[in-house]
Amino acid sequence: MPQSFTIILGKAVRYAARLRGGGSALPGLFVERISPSFVPDTLAQLPRGVVVISGTNGKTTTTKMVVSLLESQGIKVFTNRTGSNFVRGVAAALLGEIDVKGKLNADIAVLELDEAHAVKFVEVVPPRYSLLLNVMRDQLDRFGEIDTTAHMLEQIALATTDTVVMNREDTRIRAIAPKLQHTVRYFGLADHLLSQFPTDDELHDNGPRTKAPARPKADVVLKDFNEKGAAFTISKKDFVTPLKLKGIYNIFNSAAALALVRAIEPSASVNSLLGALSTVTPAFGRGETLTVGGQPLELVLVKNPAGFRLGLESYDPDGYATMIAINDNYADGRDMSWLWDVDFTKLSGHPVYVSGIRAYDMALRLQYDEVGMEKVDTELSKALANFIALHDGTPKRIYCTYTAMLALRKDLSKITRVEVVS
Amino acid sequence: MSEPKKQITILQLYPRDMNIYGDHGNLQVLVRRLEWYGYAPKVIHYNVGDTFPKSADIVIGGGGQDSGQEKIHADLLKIGPVLKKWATDGTPMLMVCGLYQLFGHFFRTLNNVNLEGIGILDVETYGTNERLIGNIVTTSNAFGEIIGYENHSGQTFLGEHAKPFATVIRGAGNNSKDGHEGALYKNVIGTYLHGSILPKNPAVADFLIKTAVKRKYHTFSKDLIDDMFANMARAVARDRPR
Repeated sequence: MPQSFTIILGKAVRYAARLRGGGSALPGLFVERISPSFVPDTLAQLPRGVVVISGTNGKTTTTKMVVSLLESQGIKVFTNRTGSNFVRGVAAALLGEIDVKGKLNADIAVLELDEAHAVKFVEVVPPRYSLLLNVMRDQLDRFGEIDTTAHMLEQIALATTDTVVMNREDTRIRAIAPKLQHTVRYFGLADHLLSQFPTDDELHDNGPRTKAPARPKADVVLKDFNEKGAAFTISKKDFVTPLKLKGIYNIFNSAAALALVRAIEPSASVNSLLGALSTVTPAFGRGETLTVGGQPLELVLVKNPAGFRLGLESYDPDGYATMIAINDNYADGRDMSWLWDVDFTKLSGHPVYVSGIRAYDMALRLQYDEVGMEKVDTELSKALANFIALHDGTPKRIYCTYTAMLALRKDLSKITRVEVVS
Repeated sequence: MSEPKKQITILQLYPRDMNIYGDHGNLQVLVRRLEWYGYAPKVIHYNVGDTFPKSADIVIGGGGQDSGQEKIHADLLKIGPVLKKWATDGTPMLMVCGLYQLFGHFFRTLNNVNLEGIGILDVETYGTNERLIGNIVTTSNAFGEIIGYENHSGQTFLGEHAKPFATVIRGAGNNSKDGHEGALYKNVIGTYLHGSILPKNPAVADFLIKTAVKRKYHTFSKDLIDDMFANMARAVARDRPR
């Protein structure tokens, strides 16, 4: 079938699916079926190629930062901003952006892909650049083992045609480098920050961390940070910048974004990149702040122990009403074991409103950390309304799993402005 | 002046390498429940190369990556005879997933590599390409319904001297064939259940605690613990999709 028919039909399905209020991947599935070469052909036109961002935590926010940084350099970027990161999700996003002749008005594509989908994607579309963020315990019910996940990232690195950018503080990622012929660039942390980012392995290792291990030189190093901003060492020079992003994991990932963009656009001045970085706001559900009844309401997505730990570490519960909403739908992961690898004692003295399908698993977890609870209710809509009513004049924070976040945003969109992500 | 609290020592095997499925939760439940019952729990984390303690009242161990299992293997064989003597004497133990397998006779991988176990449990495990994964509900005469989550590709078969820990109601259990889950020898429990197993199954936690306390102090003074959240979590988990 000629490509132009595929595109027109695909766009029609996309339009119909949106009228129905349906999911973002359906039109992509349609196009993938009738024209498997649609995605690779369309992306092959891009003069500056394709960038793949993968890893367990921080993909969405990092992708958002990379897009802003590239755009600040006058580069036109195509991205899959829904986080619907299947090949067909990319196809669906492409359908929204191309003209009927199949021309994509962009210089480069920056795609966030989860590990399993990325492996399939790079077989079809080898990326010019890849960014490997971290390998954490997550979705073991889907992937089996962390070592399996690390192996997937290795496949992505091997398929990359130009430069691979890696987190030098993640031992499983660092172990991929010797297997590559590629140019490898690193981002990293100053030695004194290492203890704030324990890996899953170190978490259970009660011995004190002795001395920072020897590791390769990094192009961008996060030197320090506070509530207002961060200090980086970039190519051996020191820089300081204010940031709108909160949370130590977001700030560490900004080092990743800087390292990647410096690989893609070596002539970019550091100051112009930092200027762009300072305006980036968190991605939806990743520390996103809404306004409800004149008070801020923060949504913090949690999906694995490392992410949850860093979230609790990043946000001070003082002065905030806290809710935790845990679902166990397929996209959240069905296994509740991960909650037992998170230390909740930081919430002591701040009674938590607990909800989600697995509210009682969460309540049980808090009971064993002797953290008080305000209420436990598996019905999320009801719980949200009640939580808001109970804490009328107080800022609020909700830690939520993926499908709980989608449900909460839907409910919240009825009472406040919620950015629509298409 | 109040009497000093009675101490109970929990030995956790290889937390550095065998901790993958929230196994930390099992330790935390034992520690807290002992405290709530009025005892003084003491925890020993034993990792490869550490000095092995002279005694322990409860021994627990968890699951790991294949690479974790390889790392601890030689060390486990070294401490195996002592553990076996403790097991024969009646020390309560809980071994989940990876260490359950290595408490058996052997784990044979798909490539026919034999990973020798310490033979406390009369079971054999074979690596497969099939991953048994999902919510699981089992039942046993001693503990009633046991509810958790399983995720393993090794399939375990009981020898003639082994008793199953439980019978599968929903899910796979030891293997995809015989409906058995876990193994029991004296007071040693081997199981594939995590989720973690002890928080949602207080009857199993209390069996380990009660057995340990009675062996050491001959009586068990049990205060009441409110297990309402555990009961509600069990009721929800029982009906969730696999």
